[in-house]
Amino acid sequence: MSSATIDQKPIVPEEIKSFTVTLIIRRFNPEVDSEPHWQDFDVQMYPTDRVLDALHKIKWDQDGSLTFRRSCAHGVCGSDAMRINGRNRLACKTLMKDLDITKPIYVEAIKGLPLEKDLIVDMEPFFDSFKAVQPFLMNSVTPEKGKERIQTVAQRARFDDTTKCILCAACTSSCPVFWTDGQYFGPAAIVNAHRFIFDSRDENAAVRLDILNDKEGVWRCRTTFNCTEACPRGIQVTQAIAEVKQAIMRGKA
Amino acid sequence: MTSTIEAPRSPYTRSTRKSGVNWEKWGWIYMRVSGVVLVVLIFGHLFVNLMTGEGVSALNFAFVAGKLASPFWQIWDVLMLWLALIHGGNGMRTLVNDYATSRISRGILKVAILVSVVSLIVLGTLVVYTFDACPAGSPADLLPAVCSTL
Repeated sequence: MSSATIDQKPIVPEEIKSFTVTLIIRRFNPEVDSEPHWQDFDVQMYPTDRVLDALHKIKWDQDGSLTFRRSCAHGVCGSDAMRINGRNRLACKTLMKDLDITKPIYVEAIKGLPLEKDLIVDMEPFFDSFKAVQPFLMNSVTPEKGKERIQTVAQRARFDDTTKCILCAACTSSCPVFWTDGQYFGPAAIVNAHRFIFDSRDENAAVRLDILNDKEGVWRCRTTFNCTEACPRGIQVTQAIAEVKQAIMRGKA
Repeated sequence: MTSTIEAPRSPYTRSTRKSGVNWEKWGWIYMRVSGVVLVVLIFGHLFVNLMTGEGVSALNFAFVAGKLASPFWQIWDVLMLWLALIHGGNGMRTLVNDYATSRISRGILKVAILVSVVSLIVLGTLVVYTFDACPAGSPADLLPAVCSTL
């Protein structure tokens, strides 16, 4: 062994600096407040921290009454969609370094659904729309015993994009038509209908197309692309809606 | 004290569609088709009026009278009139459906749109097909200069 290694200084990794971030959160406690109000919190954060970590820090160290949903915290369950700096995102997928931390970060509940408390909204109207499009496989033929329903790679690829939906409601609650008082199904319901309409194993595409060929169905889409921009999974939502429109016009998937 | 914030949308009451013509679908198709046709008609109209010949300085009463005397431009203008007004009216209707919250205001606005669209179409069509630059028997001082050359 040479003595050269002894002379070398141990490699000290460069220190990652933390910084103070101000979060301004739209609070509403139905037992105390009559109106929602904005409240600001300062938290010490690293660039690789997420908005969800900031919310955790606030809830655990500063104000335990802060209420928000989160389950897996890794962008899969779709519980923590919220409006961060005016854009719908998942709090668990939004990194501090991607936000302008010289300014406060505004966090509020998603719009268009009844506000229950702080960042929690009632998701029932959203899931009602989802249920209305019958998002399950309908097939009258039983596959051969011990076999699966066969599908080619191309047939599977046809609806691959819309299988990625995690039902976080980021798209639906970013849609200006959904915000209005109409009963528009919303992008998420149409995405999940698309997933089955274009599935070669499913037999009931016509039923779903008929459901979406409603006054409040796909024709209310104004192609503003808010949904595509909001989708944390990168689903081409507006394109999926356009494909459903085309399918309705042709009368088949 | 417990307060509830009013739900931003009215509760779930999506009516089941009655069978028959689906106007929303045809409205949507109309917007797409008329949009494409109108792009051709309007830019053709602007090109002929503003860029060919003497350009914008050629526009005067006689120019318009000359155009409206030709059956080609009569059809062109009437097509543009009908397509554009229905396209615009339908667009306004969808805006009203999106943003007018009460049934009454929605109804009033839609009737107003319908009335203005229909009256403009009727008036416009009437003008295109009955326009006469030099009505016979009118006093000469009320007629445009072109009439004396005819």
